[in-house]
Amino acid sequence: MHLKPRTAFSRPPGSYEVNVLITISRTIKAINDSSAVEVVEQCLERIENSTYNAIIKVTRDEAIKATRKLNGGPLAGVPIAIKDNISTKGMETTCGSRILSGYVPPYDAHVIERLKAAGAIIVGKANMDEFAMGTSTETSYYGPTLNPWDPECVPGGSSGGSAATVAAGEVPLALGSDTGGSVRCPASYCGVVGLKPTYGVISRYGLISYANSLEQIGPIASNVEDMTLLFNVIAGHDPRDSTSLPGEKNYTKALVNDVKGLKIGVPKEYFGEGTDPAVERSVWEAVHTLESLGASWKEVEMPHTKYALAAYYVIAMSEASSNLARFDGMRYGLRLEKDHDWHTTYSEIRAAGFGEEVKRRILLGTYALSAGYMDKYYLKALKVRTLVKQDFERALKDNDVLIAPTMPAPAFKLGEKISDPLTLYLADVNTVPINLAGVPSISLPCGFSDGLPIGLQIMGRHFDEETIIRTAYTFEQNTDFHTREVA
Amino acid sequence: MITTKDVEHMGWLSRLKIEEEKLEGYAGQLNSVLDYFGQLDEVDTEGVEPTYHVLEMNNVFREDEITECLTQTLAIGNAPKTQDGFFKAPRIV
Repeated sequence: MHLKPRTAFSRPPGSYEVNVLITISRTIKAINDSSAVEVVEQCLERIENSTYNAIIKVTRDEAIKATRKLNGGPLAGVPIAIKDNISTKGMETTCGSRILSGYVPPYDAHVIERLKAAGAIIVGKANMDEFAMGTSTETSYYGPTLNPWDPECVPGGSSGGSAATVAAGEVPLALGSDTGGSVRCPASYCGVVGLKPTYGVISRYGLISYANSLEQIGPIASNVEDMTLLFNVIAGHDPRDSTSLPGEKNYTKALVNDVKGLKIGVPKEYFGEGTDPAVERSVWEAVHTLESLGASWKEVEMPHTKYALAAYYVIAMSEASSNLARFDGMRYGLRLEKDHDWHTTYSEIRAAGFGEEVKRRILLGTYALSAGYMDKYYLKALKVRTLVKQDFERALKDNDVLIAPTMPAPAFKLGEKISDPLTLYLADVNTVPINLAGVPSISLPCGFSDGLPIGLQIMGRHFDEETIIRTAYTFEQNTDFHTREVA
Repeated sequence: MITTKDVEHMGWLSRLKIEEEKLEGYAGQLNSVLDYFGQLDEVDTEGVEPTYHVLEMNNVFREDEITECLTQTLAIGNAPKTQDGFFKAPRIV
């Protein structure tokens, strides 16, 4: 029922029981056997003793206080880690950046209100690439997060802390955010389950924006059922986000072990140059597993996939240059001791507060939006976005889901790609098209290569989370990758 | 092609002070990404509408009702410099 990452590197032996609380059902059983305070206390100890740097702020006092005041709910007493770009009232929220160090939001994000109402206990803020800009969680001002399966490897990004803390068995649940793969990539690299919902299904109120037309908050857990239970709590309409869609659904009804008659499309463009042979093999084996359970598959063509990465980065950087203009050091965040005139003060604060990757994206985004280049880059990218979206509409007309690798290869080594921005961007080739199209997509473990997890990506139609959850659940129930131990 | 002068100009537009000695480094990195973006030129987008927003939503309206909002104390609670209950900014002119 759980993942057991290799333990040789990190855990002080005997300091706590590994993996006992990693699922929601085990956590609730433990609460019934002892008490919620005891269970939350153990969880806090695990985080405090961790060497993965997945949690950058442990919210011990708030967690214990909230646990003492518990009043039922579907997640009563279940610990959760929150990515550090999601506003938590009274708890420091930094986006992994120096410019927001010390910032304490005066209000909760919509998803946090929902979690609190459901009885979930926030035990810490999870590390991330600065402002969610990255694929490795190495750009955080607060240091990189390590992959629990191999601490020499990155956990993926940008929600690397969220995925790593779940994979390490520290916390059963976490929230991430996914702008171009930032939930699915770390879920894939850390061997856990993560969902990027349809754009608009989860309110972005209180999510600190990076590229607002692309991003969604997403749930992360060690198995499909827990991920779905968490998703069910946080999804739903919120009038404070004008892109939030009306309506509520019960997604747990999709937890059905049955894919008979399901039509799967396999886009060949997602197995491009640079795809690791072990990844290709594992994903095809997953397709054949589903076939043996009654699904059918065929190859589909999505010819604009090749251009999705460039279009994504143009749009994301353009939106970032605008969204990050608010960080001026006046209302919150870093302020330097000495003031000059307005423009100089503002420029110096931002130069001191933002890291290199954030600066690069602001500069390029500014370039892509500037007079003379806007049509060539930004408008062109938005048109290519239309073509990418149409690829999905065509492919999903005759197919219920699309299946592909989440990442072309398993996790890479820390430091291996960080010095060359473009090389790092190329790792996102299979995740960014989904954000351009706004469709939902799940990553879940489907194999291992040299001890590192491989992620299976299941994509669906707009608002049809149910079908991809059912497909993922059926795959999981009939395989044992989510229970696999690594020696 | 982005020159060091362009980098300086982008830095000014985005209020990001770039050290003189770093201009060249940024120009190199930005150009390699910009070259990659160049492949968008291969795509025929004649007659294709841009997608600003993936879902076909129009303006969302609500009743113009007064609801609770942050107090002044909370609103300025994170400001590094304040005076008399206001944000304190450097002089503008």
